[in-house]
Amino acid sequence: MNNLLEINNVIKTYGDFTALNNVSLQIPKGSVFGLLGPNGAGKTSLIRIINQITMPDSGTILLDGEPLSPKHIADIGYLPEERGLYKSMKVGEQALYLAQLKGLSKEDAKKRLKYWFEKFDISSWWDKKIEELSKGMAQKVQFIVTVMHQPKLLIFDEPFSGFDPINAQLIAKEILQLRDEGATIIFSTHRMESVEELCDDIALIHKSNKILDGKLIDIKRKFRTNTFEIGITTNNKEQILQVIEEKFEVIPADFKLFGDEFICNVKLTKNQTSNDLLSVLSNHGEVKHFVEKIPSANDIFIEAVSKNN
Amino acid sequence: MSKLKLIIQREFIAKVRNKSFIVMTFLSPLITIAMGALVYFLMKKNDEKVKKIVYVDESRLFSKDDFTDSKTVQYVDFSSMGIEETKKRVEAGDYYGALFIPKIDSLEILATSIEFYSKESPGLSIMNSLESKIETKLRNNKLTNLGIDLDKIASSKIKTDIKMFNFSGEESSKLINGLKIGVGAISGYLLMMFVIIYGSSVMRSVIEEKTSRIIEIIVSSVKPFQLMLGKIIGNASAGLLQFLIWGILIFILGTIASSVFGVNMSEMQTSGLSAEQIETAKQVAGADKMQLIVQEIMRLPLLKMFLLFIFYFLGGYMLYSSLFAAVGAAVDNETDTQQFMLPIMLPLILGVYVGFATVINDPHGPISVAFSYIPLTSPIVMLMRVPFGVTWVELAISMTLLVITFVGMVWLAAKIYRVGILMYGKKPTYKDLYKWLKYKG
Repeated sequence: MNNLLEINNVIKTYGDFTALNNVSLQIPKGSVFGLLGPNGAGKTSLIRIINQITMPDSGTILLDGEPLSPKHIADIGYLPEERGLYKSMKVGEQALYLAQLKGLSKEDAKKRLKYWFEKFDISSWWDKKIEELSKGMAQKVQFIVTVMHQPKLLIFDEPFSGFDPINAQLIAKEILQLRDEGATIIFSTHRMESVEELCDDIALIHKSNKILDGKLIDIKRKFRTNTFEIGITTNNKEQILQVIEEKFEVIPADFKLFGDEFICNVKLTKNQTSNDLLSVLSNHGEVKHFVEKIPSANDIFIEAVSKNN
Repeated sequence: MSKLKLIIQREFIAKVRNKSFIVMTFLSPLITIAMGALVYFLMKKNDEKVKKIVYVDESRLFSKDDFTDSKTVQYVDFSSMGIEETKKRVEAGDYYGALFIPKIDSLEILATSIEFYSKESPGLSIMNSLESKIETKLRNNKLTNLGIDLDKIASSKIKTDIKMFNFSGEESSKLINGLKIGVGAISGYLLMMFVIIYGSSVMRSVIEEKTSRIIEIIVSSVKPFQLMLGKIIGNASAGLLQFLIWGILIFILGTIASSVFGVNMSEMQTSGLSAEQIETAKQVAGADKMQLIVQEIMRLPLLKMFLLFIFYFLGGYMLYSSLFAAVGAAVDNETDTQQFMLPIMLPLILGVYVGFATVINDPHGPISVAFSYIPLTSPIVMLMRVPFGVTWVELAISMTLLVITFVGMVWLAAKIYRVGILMYGKKPTYKDLYKWLKYKG
């Protein structure tokens, strides 16, 4: 069994509104899985179904090969997008309570909390109330509460919101470490640069439908346009543009080099290779910049969503 | 099951640690008792100051016997001094007031010509007592003038007290009927207060979880129904703890108070016999009345009433707090609760009104009986009826209906709760709530 979570043909409606329309996903074990989509696409509905907060109208969900059931609550850790803890409850008591609700014994919970509090260097917060902490501090507590019962499946909904860049980096590192230790992570976000950084696989949900899924690298390959950014030093920019346009399709570019180079994007046809382009260029000046335009997660996201609108 | 226990525990601790709970539990009985003690103390202080009233009797109809001194008022005969001089003495502050009885032959005219002078306006009780003394004397004089023997009048006085019985052999009296009304009304009213206080505390706790957004974490670990039930039971346990503490405090303070009061009464009885005989007689009669009231209260089915109070509190509380929880789940903040609160408060208020309006006059009439069966009002109305004696059959019907309804209500409220806790933004309408009821899983 290579997939930790298999979602098959899940449909969820609220009254007349369809939140999820026949969505199927496979989430490989030990991966960071990016669940992407515009606001209101149905991501939260899907996450709530995985958490058994709501039930799907139809469809099946298998966790580690077994149909999802209440006994799996302890196998899942969930960090919702809208964070919150009991404001007037002490940090330590609160964490113990939430850990016990996830099925840990009080002793185990204490031991694990001690480990995490020391790791994040926040042991002195144990007797503080949440309302005395800053937002970033409360987020750290929330992160610990999510992971402390060592679940097989971790679901992070916008985990970096509210963190400064240093703490965001710390959390990103922890997420990757948890993956390396064997956890599977579902990661829902709008921050595409963190998708590039963290995700192995992604799925894109738009208007209740899944419109794209697979390994990030395969998707990038699929969205590849065979376009190259070039920069070349020359005395005569007009001439060089003419020469390139004779053989290739030229697209205006707006990236920056050192200033006096001729720059443009060149799209190759199926029969052309990058070497064909390079040989033409090298005859007419010094090539300073030559790189294939690989679509970013951001480009893919925007293109896929606008194509489906 | 252990998760439910955890939730109950947390809710209980959160409620009990709350400052307002501690203040209400320990301070409110103390404040009540302290206020009572203060009033008692002030009244006593007031009574201790003996007022001297002088009288100038030009009619020569009155004697010292007509103006008997009481503990708080002394009368001095200044008839020989004349009214003008007496007034001056009163104005100088030597005496509280001066009563002037002019010389007028007609008793009727005299009755409206008597004057009282004082620096400050006299208290109602003093004026009443003066008027009654004068009235008695003048009436007796008139009776004598008409040739009627006063002794015969005195011996003709008869006091009526109809003894009331029911067929289970219990004897009752007007006094005990009054007590029953009082005890029933107080327990019905208290029950309404507690249902509102603890119900809205459940509601606030739901809103707090919703606005702090912890709700999503909690419901990813436990079922919303478990959370709601845990909240309701946790708060109820805090309520029962509060009753228990109040009970103990009242018992302790009551014992202290009655021992102090008891000493006072015996003092009154011994000292009374010597000088102010009539006054003492009154005091003793008062003490007898107190004893009588205590005896009558003891004859009420107190244990039964207490147990029923606990049952109906729990039943009514479960019924209403699940509604409160559903309202808390439906809204985003406390100010939005008002439109949903009215339909919850109405039956509670109706219960109290029906109780006061019908149970007092006709505790076993059809309206009283009907409202003591209807589950939304039965906790209040039935509690008001209990002191008048309610059969076990009636109790069984009322209790069964209440239990069935609260189970149904908890189930229904849980459906609204489950959907509502995850809904933010738009303030829901009743139509929305109805839609939520039909959502699956």
